[in-house]
Amino acid sequence: MTSVPLIEARAVTRILPGIVPTTLMRDVSLAIGEREFVAITGPSGSGKSSLLYLLGLLDLPTSGEVLVRGRATARMSEAERGEVRLSTLGFIFQFHFLLPEFTVLENVMLPMRALGALSDEAMRERAASLLTALGLGEHMSKRPDQLSGGQRQRVAVARALANDPPLILADEPTGSLDSRSSEQVFEILRDVVEGRGKTVIAVTHDLGLAGRMHRRIQLMDGAMSADDQAAGPSGPLALEPSKT
Amino acid sequence: MNLILDIAFTHVRTRARQTLVAILGVAIGVGFSIMMAALMQGSQDDFIRQLVNALPHITITDERRDPPRQPAETEYAAARIFGLTPESRRRGIKNPLAIMAALEGWVPGAVAPSVKVQAIIRYASRDVGTSIVGIDPPREPRVSDLVNQMRQGTLASLYRATNAIILGDRLGQKIGARVGSNITVQTSEGAHIDAQVVGFFHSGVRVVDDSTAYTLVRTAQILARQTGLVNEIRVRVTDSMAAREVSTRIERETGYKSVSWQEANEDLLNSFVVRNIVMYTIVGAILLVASFGTYNIISTITHEKARDIAIMKSLGLSEGMVRTIFVLEGQILGLVGGLIGFGLGYVLCLALGSIEIKSPFVDTTRIPLAYNPWHYAIALCVAMFSSLAAGYVPARRAARVHPVAIIRGAT
Repeated sequence: MTSVPLIEARAVTRILPGIVPTTLMRDVSLAIGEREFVAITGPSGSGKSSLLYLLGLLDLPTSGEVLVRGRATARMSEAERGEVRLSTLGFIFQFHFLLPEFTVLENVMLPMRALGALSDEAMRERAASLLTALGLGEHMSKRPDQLSGGQRQRVAVARALANDPPLILADEPTGSLDSRSSEQVFEILRDVVEGRGKTVIAVTHDLGLAGRMHRRIQLMDGAMSADDQAAGPSGPLALEPSKT
Repeated sequence: MNLILDIAFTHVRTRARQTLVAILGVAIGVGFSIMMAALMQGSQDDFIRQLVNALPHITITDERRDPPRQPAETEYAAARIFGLTPESRRRGIKNPLAIMAALEGWVPGAVAPSVKVQAIIRYASRDVGTSIVGIDPPREPRVSDLVNQMRQGTLASLYRATNAIILGDRLGQKIGARVGSNITVQTSEGAHIDAQVVGFFHSGVRVVDDSTAYTLVRTAQILARQTGLVNEIRVRVTDSMAAREVSTRIERETGYKSVSWQEANEDLLNSFVVRNIVMYTIVGAILLVASFGTYNIISTITHEKARDIAIMKSLGLSEGMVRTIFVLEGQILGLVGGLIGFGLGYVLCLALGSIEIKSPFVDTTRIPLAYNPWHYAIALCVAMFSSLAAGYVPARRAARVHPVAIIRGAT
């Protein structure tokens, strides 16, 4: 690991205020470096997604701090966090979450246009090359509803990669896909890490997939219960059939 | 194109039917507002035009604003003397020719003398109180529109009989007189003449048509029993709107009471202010109601697009950007609706303007309409402003949505 981790959580606690406050996350600390392929696992309600949203700066910890490349984010303005998300983070959700009125190409261009670093032509080229690399070359001018679930999720991956962020956060990326498509998406994510040199943090309850990732962080009732840093996939788990 | 504009346009475009309804709402609001403004302004202008034309712009009479004071009152200013009546004076404007010459020197317009006498017209055993105005037919066209108001006969007809008289058309109807009828005119001075009706005029102002008659100056002087009398000087100024100022100066210089048409119709002009307030209130209400349509659609879009908003925010679009998207959508609806409303308003005005109103008594007229670019500008401004408000409220609410809340809800 490098001296300054790509993303780091320090004693992160998240409590939902209310008549009966709900503790989503209790005192979680972890550090994730470059080129890691991390699975966050745990039973339903263990706080997997909550951790991901906290790491993705979509949610703010009640106490503790999330650092992106050593930069504290808690006291940033909403616009600054938006900026960090645009340039450093890419999101993939369980449902593709593409904008239905725009073509596949336009959807992939969206984060680039929001960041506004490239010329229109360069954005178009980059989006097209990303889509081609993900095998969607011939679907670029289609709308999301004309694609299959697996194809849509691949578009979502392309969109997450649009601004070339070092970190991709995925929330159940294969959760709503059949086994063939989910295998395809998993392979793409693996390639994002191994081929493109990104870090991917994926929430999954599919232990089979988790087992094939480099690192497994296990949560239980909002606290870390295990951090299996053993690099490389754990063989036997890969064969376990996927659960829903 | 700018990303935010692009998204805004796409949202509006992909909801063709809802968008159309909202745009139509604004368009109809703007269209009818323009039509109403044109109608109100048109009728007001027309009314003022008639008013201005029916009467001389300025009438100088032989009266004074304050009753003349007795020498005793002037002498002993501190004392209050009871039982004094105002000093009586000989009727008529003193030295009218000199005053007219002086006025012609600086007043922008024309000046003509006349003699006004109160009389009773008798015909077929009916008595009607009438103002007899003695005029000089060659000079009359320069100070009033009487020439164009003649329904029967002409001003020159006044020379055709010894005591020729032109009656207001309603007055004529009232007593049942026709051209050629011989009527009797009687005044409080004891004058009593037989006059022949040689024509009728219609000014459009009821009071005038009801109780005014024109004769030659000479005839009126006989009725007043005072030869050489001129008790009214009428002025027509080039710019009718400047009449008030000119009138004030005339009064200051001559000392005689000088009344502009504005002063004579003060209450009427005041009622226009009320009318305009009523009109702008209604127009505002129409546009406000139209903006509810805009509010409705923007609100619906933000609800439908809650997920998209969450996506955009999770990608890193700021709250301000998201808000701008929906505010822009409202503005697009307002602008497009407003522009269509321009067309609609113009067509409505044309349609209204083409309606002919036929009447046996007056010439065929059309509904008076004013085509004023300000009406369009104001209607668009109000439409844009109400769309801004209608878009801003749901946009602000939408932009505040926490992406996690939506994303969790979807999973």
